[in-house]
Amino acid sequence: MTERLTVSSGDILVLVGTTKGAFLFRTDPGLRRTEVSGPHFPGEAIYALAYDGRAGRQRVLAGTESSHWGSVVRHTDDLGATWTDPAEGNVRFPADAGAALTRVWQLTPADDEHPEVVYAGVEPAALFRSGDGGETYELVRGLWDHPHRTRWEPGGGGLCLHTVLVDPDDPDRIWVAISTGGVYHSEDGGKSWRTRHQGVRAQFLPDPHPEFGQCVHKVAPAAGRPQRMYLQNHWGLYRTDDAGEQWVDIANGVPSDFGFPMVAHPSDPDTAWCIPLTSDGFRCTAEGRARVFRTRDAGDSWEPLTGGLPQEWAFLTVLRDGFGNDGGDPVGLYFGTRTGELFGSADEGDSWKLLAEWLPPIMCVKAATVR
Amino acid sequence: MLVHLHLPGALRQYADGAGRLDLRPGGATVAGLLEALGGTCPGVHHRVVDELGSLRPHVNVFVNGENIRYLAGLATSLREGDEVWLLPAVSGGSGGPGG
Repeated sequence: MTERLTVSSGDILVLVGTTKGAFLFRTDPGLRRTEVSGPHFPGEAIYALAYDGRAGRQRVLAGTESSHWGSVVRHTDDLGATWTDPAEGNVRFPADAGAALTRVWQLTPADDEHPEVVYAGVEPAALFRSGDGGETYELVRGLWDHPHRTRWEPGGGGLCLHTVLVDPDDPDRIWVAISTGGVYHSEDGGKSWRTRHQGVRAQFLPDPHPEFGQCVHKVAPAAGRPQRMYLQNHWGLYRTDDAGEQWVDIANGVPSDFGFPMVAHPSDPDTAWCIPLTSDGFRCTAEGRARVFRTRDAGDSWEPLTGGLPQEWAFLTVLRDGFGNDGGDPVGLYFGTRTGELFGSADEGDSWKLLAEWLPPIMCVKAATVR
Repeated sequence: MLVHLHLPGALRQYADGAGRLDLRPGGATVAGLLEALGGTCPGVHHRVVDELGSLRPHVNVFVNGENIRYLAGLATSLREGDEVWLLPAVSGGSGGPGG
């Protein structure tokens, strides 16, 4: 354990949020040597972490939740040596919204051309926008005022807006995903929104294809092909090739199409990874085997990746933000479990290494390659 | 009317290190006291009361030793010289269900 990490260009940062604090890992692209600092915010639940390397920064953003004193977004510009602590809270619903912040679920820096813009997805389901690098946030009214909003329902984790995607070439194009609500898209920077989940089923409702109410668990955008995205649903694996206008089922050869995370390759639009769980009633890796599944053909087929992962008596749970990639080439992958294991792969999933164990339950894993 | 508000250690950093604040509630109730707290120490107020004005679920307020949940809640009346404690409940501290 180190008090403060130091990083060099090319190093990998792996940010791990748990129910009892955050841990920051530094490693190399081969995962040969790993250092860790933490726990940061001991005792607080960390559901959202993000690395923001835009404009020459080395900023880590953290959504911290004290069960006693509430939730805020803090950041560090020195890899955890010091953190901001906004005294009066910086993600607050305005008085006329009639809502109070429960939890920050997602922190998403926008495009490189707008390095001061950061989005926060929260519970109750809402989108906030920061125009000052993550210091302060304002409610995105266009989504809050959407007529569907009052009829969104909480999933098992709460009524959360857990995914925020910004088109790197046109930052006015934003997608969000809500459990349960579905996928919503804006073409005008958040002023207006419409659904983008046609084809995604909601088998827990009498009509499995409702106008809205789908329990989308995670959406991942394909690299270099902005119309393509992958989606892990509450039952169902999907791909869209038209920015969400229509989704097609791609659960071809997986032991279960239930799961939480979805990771897309940072440069190959045909490659993505998921971690199937047995069912919604038994949210553990299928057949007691820890397997990551990879597609190289945009979901036409999936192959199990087991190298270095336990294949007996391994009833692991990986949550929606518990699986991330470092954007490298080859891409490094990292996932954390509710039983506190952190695994990493330096070869796109062919082999895995246990980077840490006995951590508190892991809620999120984000990784980045330091520029 | 002056009321003495005692802060737990975790919140004193938002009150310039003070462990006790002597406040004059706008109304003679706990709600009035918390409103006065918001004007004096907004960082403490934010951690005790949410945007809707509700007491956070794992925060307890005691007036002269009695939990206001068993009195009249935020409408509990106050008198000159009352001793009020803000304390974290033992029910906090566990992680959420995740998902």
